[in-house]
Amino acid sequence: MYVAVKGGEAAINNAHRLLADRRRGDRSLPSVTIDQIVEQLGLAVDRVMAEASLYDRSLAALAVRQARGDMIEAIFLLRAYRTTLPRFGATVPVDTAGMKVERRISATYKDLPGGQLLGPTFDYTHRLLDPSLLSDEQVEEPVRKQAGGEEVMRVSDILAHEGLIEPDGEFPEDHEAGDLTREPMEFPMSRDLRLQALARGDEGFLLALGYSTQRGYGRNHPFVGEIRIGEVEVEMDIAELGFAVPLGRIRVTECQMVNQFKGSSKAPPQFTRGYGLVFGQSERKAMAMSLVDRALRAEELGEDIIAPAQDEEFVISHCDNVQATGFVEHLKLPHYVDFQAELGLVRKMRSDIDKARSKARSGDNLSQEAAE
Amino acid sequence: MDAAQQTASNPQAEQRRRAIGLLARATAQELRLAWDGLPEKPDVKPVRGPETGLTMVRGRIGGGGAPFNLGEATVTRCTILLASGTAGHAQAMGTAKEAVKLAAVFDALWQEAGTRQWVETTLLYPIEARIAAEDKVKAEETAATKVDFFTMVRGED
Repeated sequence: MYVAVKGGEAAINNAHRLLADRRRGDRSLPSVTIDQIVEQLGLAVDRVMAEASLYDRSLAALAVRQARGDMIEAIFLLRAYRTTLPRFGATVPVDTAGMKVERRISATYKDLPGGQLLGPTFDYTHRLLDPSLLSDEQVEEPVRKQAGGEEVMRVSDILAHEGLIEPDGEFPEDHEAGDLTREPMEFPMSRDLRLQALARGDEGFLLALGYSTQRGYGRNHPFVGEIRIGEVEVEMDIAELGFAVPLGRIRVTECQMVNQFKGSSKAPPQFTRGYGLVFGQSERKAMAMSLVDRALRAEELGEDIIAPAQDEEFVISHCDNVQATGFVEHLKLPHYVDFQAELGLVRKMRSDIDKARSKARSGDNLSQEAAE
Repeated sequence: MDAAQQTASNPQAEQRRRAIGLLARATAQELRLAWDGLPEKPDVKPVRGPETGLTMVRGRIGGGGAPFNLGEATVTRCTILLASGTAGHAQAMGTAKEAVKLAAVFDALWQEAGTRQWVETTLLYPIEARIAAEDKVKAEETAATKVDFFTMVRGED
């Protein structure tokens, strides 16, 4: 069957021109600048960086603007951009213990070295719309207080001193960290690769899965050992120099989830852990990531795999929103030939059934006549 | 091995590391002003870049365990050669090519005995001071949000 394969070029051009117009919106209003997005919609920028798996605040803000605020579209744009750049190398692993902490809380210890530092949090706000933001009201400078200089100690280290918690996840010395962007996925997957997938995974998907573990689908009794947000130094080895040099800093959010203990005849019971590390300020994502990381360790820890959040292949194959949107949204592309084929098939099936029915009916009529 | 450990045994490398690290944190304006203020503009030959690429940022499982790939970051790098033969190298996060090129020039000038002090005074000390001041402000703003727990004492003696 003949199907039009050309045409639509003018329509597409005009559609894109219309998109540019709608993106700009009312011309009597000033257009929003990249700096404004970076400064005033910083958490949107952070989400785009995290899920695009590319740290660059300005480019992420550009993507948000270009996508008219559609987060997944913005993530898609930034992911596509990263494929145009060469890879110079890998950094020395960032040291989150040496973070310039901007927020740090623990739900397991009230008084801990370094204290509970609330930072710029939405927690304890009343979630009432603030009419003062309708206008450009002057905002007060933050309060400052002399910093104690006390080391902001890791909660996992406090528990580790007593041997009550499992150590940070280790691999054999010769294990090279896997890279999803370089090798196709294979299951079962090692924890380093899973963490890379989760770090770029969709916040909503991981949030729902984390929530499902709390509601009983693979329950693992979590406590937030610690959440910390702040800047860490990034250093890269430079071949020409023979040593690592600092490149600058990035802001990350880290969540140490402390979970239900585990023991055996050989090892005394100790708490297990889930880990979350995300670009930018995003504790919801870091918490969800650590819940899912822990759930995905079911097999390693000898737990029954009974819930979606524990199913590695299900979780990792579906957590990437660029892949997901690509496959879902491709359904709207022309499937004219496919559909014509199906249409022909349905018509044929129906006509076959109709023929069989009419044959049966005429057969009935004949036998009825014969009886009369 | 830690970068700090790597260079601890080599004070020269540690000094260079500090200079390159501070130049990576320089703003485009700081670099531009320093360039404009240079008493004698050097002859600069480009060797590589400035070019923008990616570095894979690594984290550690549980914070201190085995490394894993967290995600990439943009980084711009540049290598130049002065007429004297000194090579300058710079890289910084982001895509600011002009700034990184200037940083490479200042890295080369910093290596030369005649200009090192000038680079220190004009550029590195002020950058160091600015970063320290910014960090102090942030640390103090965070400190003001520290929770001071107190126990409510009931009115019975």
